[in-house]
Amino acid sequence: MTDSPYVKHHGSDMFTGYPVDTADTAGDQTVTNYTINFGPQHPAAHGVLRMVMELDGEIIERVDPHVGLLHRGTEKLIEYKTYLQALPYFDRLDYCSPLGMEHSYVLAIEKLLDLEVPDRAQYLRVLFAELTRICNHMLNIGSHVMDVGAMTPNLWVFELREDCLNFFERASGARMHSAWFRPGGVHQDVPEKLLYDIGEWCEKRLPKLFGDAMSLVIDNRIFKQRNVDIATVSKEDALAWGFSGPMIRGSGIAWDLRKSQPYDAYAKMDFDIPVGTRGDCYDRFMVRVQEVYQSARIILQCINEMPKGPVASLDRKVVPPKRAEMKSSMESLIHHFKLYTEGFHVPAGEVYVATESPKGEFGVYLVSDGSNKPYRCKIRPTAFSHLQAMDMMSKGHMLADTTAIIGAIDVVFGECDR
Amino acid sequence: MGHPAPLVAPQSGLAAALKALLGKDLLSHDFAADEDSITVDRDAIAAVMIALRDNLEYQQMMEIAGVDYPERAERFEVVYHLLSVTMNHRLRVRVTTDEATPVPTIVPVWPNAGWLEREVFDMYGVLFSGNTDLRRILTDYGFQGHPQRKDFPLTGYTELRYSEEDKRVVYEPVRLAQDFRNFDFMSPWEGADYVLPGDEKAGGTGEAPGKGAPTPMTAKEVKAADDKAKAPPPPTPKTTEKPEQTGAGAKANIKAAKTSRDGAKAKAATKPAKTPATAKAEKAPAKPRAPRKPETGGDA
Repeated sequence: MTDSPYVKHHGSDMFTGYPVDTADTAGDQTVTNYTINFGPQHPAAHGVLRMVMELDGEIIERVDPHVGLLHRGTEKLIEYKTYLQALPYFDRLDYCSPLGMEHSYVLAIEKLLDLEVPDRAQYLRVLFAELTRICNHMLNIGSHVMDVGAMTPNLWVFELREDCLNFFERASGARMHSAWFRPGGVHQDVPEKLLYDIGEWCEKRLPKLFGDAMSLVIDNRIFKQRNVDIATVSKEDALAWGFSGPMIRGSGIAWDLRKSQPYDAYAKMDFDIPVGTRGDCYDRFMVRVQEVYQSARIILQCINEMPKGPVASLDRKVVPPKRAEMKSSMESLIHHFKLYTEGFHVPAGEVYVATESPKGEFGVYLVSDGSNKPYRCKIRPTAFSHLQAMDMMSKGHMLADTTAIIGAIDVVFGECDR
Repeated sequence: MGHPAPLVAPQSGLAAALKALLGKDLLSHDFAADEDSITVDRDAIAAVMIALRDNLEYQQMMEIAGVDYPERAERFEVVYHLLSVTMNHRLRVRVTTDEATPVPTIVPVWPNAGWLEREVFDMYGVLFSGNTDLRRILTDYGFQGHPQRKDFPLTGYTELRYSEEDKRVVYEPVRLAQDFRNFDFMSPWEGADYVLPGDEKAGGTGEAPGKGAPTPMTAKEVKAADDKAKAPPPPTPKTTEKPEQTGAGAKANIKAAKTSRDGAKAKAATKPAKTPATAKAEKAPAKPRAPRKPETGGDA
């Protein structure tokens, strides 16, 4: 032992008895914990996320996500707008699933007003909410697989996303920021051909293209190595951290607001809730993949069962009349003028309305003081709870797993930072 | 069929269960718009949350919202939204506080309360005692003030831009090209509680004041401000388009003749009338010549 160069200099380690050499030799580097910035300009951060990470080698010791780089004061702005003027702000929250954001807001207003919505409008909203879910999952699934190294599936599913955006354009005139859900219904009816095309797309193009893209991924050895057993979240943790949506279902809790607290026409829909078994990134990914098929099921049911009728409430104190009516009716003209200048007044009260947005529970806590503007509109973003658990989820994982974890969270900063 | 918002079945017996569980910490319980909300004692919030989680199965805390009511003594409300996935029910828990009194943290009960409390602190300045990480979260690094308070202006106080000279982002006081326009949609027929311009003498209608937004100035004040700001009438432009506007004529001729005849006399008359200041100013360039007229004295 005395011949060993280690012992000669420093003796043995006090805990292990293993010889150690603390002297620096040429070319050696002392590895201590160090801190790096992940983002805010990182392509895998899915937006402007800055994470201060403390690393031990390549092992993550601590993550401190800094959010708010996309904070635009949406909630403050809404307090200065009438109820209708505030609606387009919701498109700009989660810009990957704009109609899902509008859904919570219009339902909150309708709840405060206790406003009845015609059946056709409810079916149309469900149809487009599910189309939004597919659209959102296409983006998330594609970017998730790209974050862990696969290029092709992303390009394929983006084609489907493009189809969805075209459908939105045909319904509302806008590809992304539709502002199509309105308090009392939807803005305008869709052409019959659009419903036909969506149905055909769901039956033929979507399963084929999506199935092809997913066949490249879900059994892929590399993809599994990057995702299975990464960031495992137990049921207890998922509840304690306020998880929702695919995150809580990935952990094996069959909790879906569309089923448990049905809104619009969801009570009449027949669909299944996919759940994960292990609560890792792979499960969350697979939950989303299965949800796409379930959404297609709901869309087809909507199209088949959609009744005829008005697409918005006929309560003229909330929903403006159509332009044709205004040409002949003085009362319609007055209603139109009043609704687009003053807006409608909402009775004083407060509601918390949460819907199952593609990313999880998206809630709107609306406080009204009886005027034409919301007194307070608190938006409950899904990403806030999920991103907060980033530290808990990534502790002990490798740096490269971060991208998989963020991808499986499905975070969008428009919504997180508001 | 009513509104299409999420359907949550009301819990029968919840009021009694809450009363039995929370005792005197439960300040009030009301059921409105199909939603249960309770107000609880601020200092007992952590214990209340543990009781609600462990005894009434509210497993998830989804949201903490701040609300500002500046007219109240305790102006802030901190509103917690709980969710029970087993009973499929939501519960709203509310505490009130002011700028200085901290609310006990509930991070030990639900770890995701950490960021939500940070957000309420950031937006309203509500303090949470026991939260070890009470940093700002959504606003800029180094931001001052609490933007969601009702007395914080919508435009904020600072704006920032990239400065090409300094090669960095600089902060400047906010400058608006156009003032923020806040329209008053209150109809005068629905009982606005301020005097409309022109109605000053009409007196009150005896009706209860309506909910209209108070106008910043009364009509009298507006009129006074207008009068004050009223500029003097613009001067008549001096033109010489007609002969009479030139000032020439018989009158001017007489005057001109007079001046030329009594020129010396007029000069002598003006001399003593000079004030010392004007005299000095006029005489200054002529100083070297002063000895020629020693009798005018004063200047020497």
